[in-house]
Amino acid sequence: MKRAYLALESWFNISFGTEWNPMYHLGTLTFFLFWIILVSGLYLFGFFHGSIDGAYASVEYITHEQWYVAGVMRSLHRYASDAAIITILLHLFKEFASGRYHGSRWFSWVSGLPTLWLVVTLGITGYWLVWDELAQYVAIGSARLLDSLPIFSGSMASNFLQGQMTDRFFILIEFLHLLGQPLILFFLLWLHVKRLSNVNINPPRGLAIGFFLALLVLSFIKPAVSHAPANLSSMPTVLELDWFYLNAYPLMDYWSEGKTWLLATAITVILMLLPWLPAKKDAPAAVVDLAHCNGCELCFDDCPFEAISVQARTDGAKFEKEVVVDPNLCASCGICMASCPSSNPFRQTNEELKTGIDMPGLPVDQVRTLTKAAVAAMTGPANILLVGCEHGFNVSQLDDDETRSVKLMCSGMMPPTMVEYALKKGADGVMIVGCRHNDCFFRFGNLWVDQRFSGERKPILRGRADRRRIKVFGGAETDKKSIKNELEVFRQELLTMTERVDLPEQPEMNESPNV
Amino acid sequence: MFNLKNKFVRHVLQAINYGIFIGLIAYFSTSPAYRQLDDDQAVITISFRHAGEIREPCQKRSQEELMALSPNMRAPMNCTRERSPVIIEVLLDGLPMYAHTAEAPGLYKDSGIDIYHTLKVPAGRHHLAIKMDDSVLQEGFTHHFSQHVEIAPAQILLVGFEVSRGFVIK
Repeated sequence: MKRAYLALESWFNISFGTEWNPMYHLGTLTFFLFWIILVSGLYLFGFFHGSIDGAYASVEYITHEQWYVAGVMRSLHRYASDAAIITILLHLFKEFASGRYHGSRWFSWVSGLPTLWLVVTLGITGYWLVWDELAQYVAIGSARLLDSLPIFSGSMASNFLQGQMTDRFFILIEFLHLLGQPLILFFLLWLHVKRLSNVNINPPRGLAIGFFLALLVLSFIKPAVSHAPANLSSMPTVLELDWFYLNAYPLMDYWSEGKTWLLATAITVILMLLPWLPAKKDAPAAVVDLAHCNGCELCFDDCPFEAISVQARTDGAKFEKEVVVDPNLCASCGICMASCPSSNPFRQTNEELKTGIDMPGLPVDQVRTLTKAAVAAMTGPANILLVGCEHGFNVSQLDDDETRSVKLMCSGMMPPTMVEYALKKGADGVMIVGCRHNDCFFRFGNLWVDQRFSGERKPILRGRADRRRIKVFGGAETDKKSIKNELEVFRQELLTMTERVDLPEQPEMNESPNV
Repeated sequence: MFNLKNKFVRHVLQAINYGIFIGLIAYFSTSPAYRQLDDDQAVITISFRHAGEIREPCQKRSQEELMALSPNMRAPMNCTRERSPVIIEVLLDGLPMYAHTAEAPGLYKDSGIDIYHTLKVPAGRHHLAIKMDDSVLQEGFTHHFSQHVEIAPAQILLVGFEVSRGFVIK
């Protein structure tokens, strides 16, 4: 399944590039579609009459009389809703296929499922409002579904018999569709991203424009129209269902209400339990060592999962603040370790390297040892240290006499000073291979690497590091060929570099720079 | 990872992707059409709310029993709350189409029962018979309905029940 996802992702990378790849912006695209739905919905509300006699007539006016604005708005409202189901399902597929739902990430996964169901029910109540034959079918079907639950007394379906309907029905549905459900959706979306930091809800402008134009074109090519008006004394024979939202109703006709509930419940429960099937624990959470922490907050700024907070100093040291890690939120990416200025391998060279925030599963001292050993093992004319991550391409596949790899939890776990260290110890080049650009397993690992190396984000790659000898590349497990090509191109570049800009000798430091 | 440099080709590919995307939406937003009912079919909907009879006959309280109760509780008849289940059978042209036994809902099984059921039937003239038993104290069915009905294609023939009139076509 992961390979299927990666193939899809690759296809979009070819046509959209990594910046606009829709697969990297499924969440933000869904938000954007919600904006289209909200704005178009508000416009439509201005012309809608919530009554048995008025509903259908007002929607007909919207569709045919004022087709050039309201009609287009109706089509946009409908098609953006359909598109949202596609982006949500792709989002679900992507997170599942790439395994981004285990451990501390269970919360986002589990909170996403009720969001999906709510969006579906929001679409269903939208169809009721039109009060055409489709609305009649959906209303009666929904009532039958609710009647089959042992929690309601009375028969809701009997409200949709000839002569039983009142305008109060529309007030209820209008309240649900226009206020109740959107408010709950807003809350669920907030909950869904609560454990994420630096949340962005806007897709790249070009992608947003592309999506909007595509939906606009569709609105003109195939304007959304109604069925015949609802008639409770007859049953519609053929219906043009919106299968994105209404697929459960034919199933209910074919099976029964009970079996449909059972299937929906089973799917929901299985999806909800997935983070624990099988139980997969994250590596041990990051640990703060106050003796090497000056409370600079760089790790707090870089943590992708809101696992780090800042509080007043508790150890009596001269610094104002300290950081605290919540192990329940920590995804064990190690990005914080690279953020810490104390993770400097030029310190404590004759003893164990300690840092302000470290990963018990792969401490900075071990990273230094691995780096040193890898560099020492290479014997070629252009030796390259490959730094990879556990979730992207397996860099050890490319190990040979002039290539040695170090695998970290995330490419963002590589402190810039460690790259300097590798060059200093004799590597001719360092190539960092994280996940595909814009698709870091831990959200920001490869982005932070880029920003640190370009000097936009602390801790920066210092000016004395020979930037020509450092390469950053993103690739998934299926990208061996392109990574190998990049590696060889890089090696050829290194071979043409006649002079080596050696780093000035750095004095051994036994204390953290700022501690 | 293949990186396409040619902007024009990239835009063409993007347009193709958008085309596939809106094509999917255009198709599945209305297709395939779902046939709920054949052209020569009609629907009979049986819908009513009815409370079954009290399950046990009321007992007249003796003078001693009445005096043993507090003054505000001295009702002359002692009736249990539980109601009989409602059993309904529907036959169309002599063939059984629907049979259902509905227990009275509520903690004390003392509430009214809602029956809502739809039957898809061939349109045309039929003999419709409905039998209902709402009392465990009486043998056999307590209410009967038997009538020829003419149902047009796609028509919903609504059958209700009123205590005073029995089953009625609405």
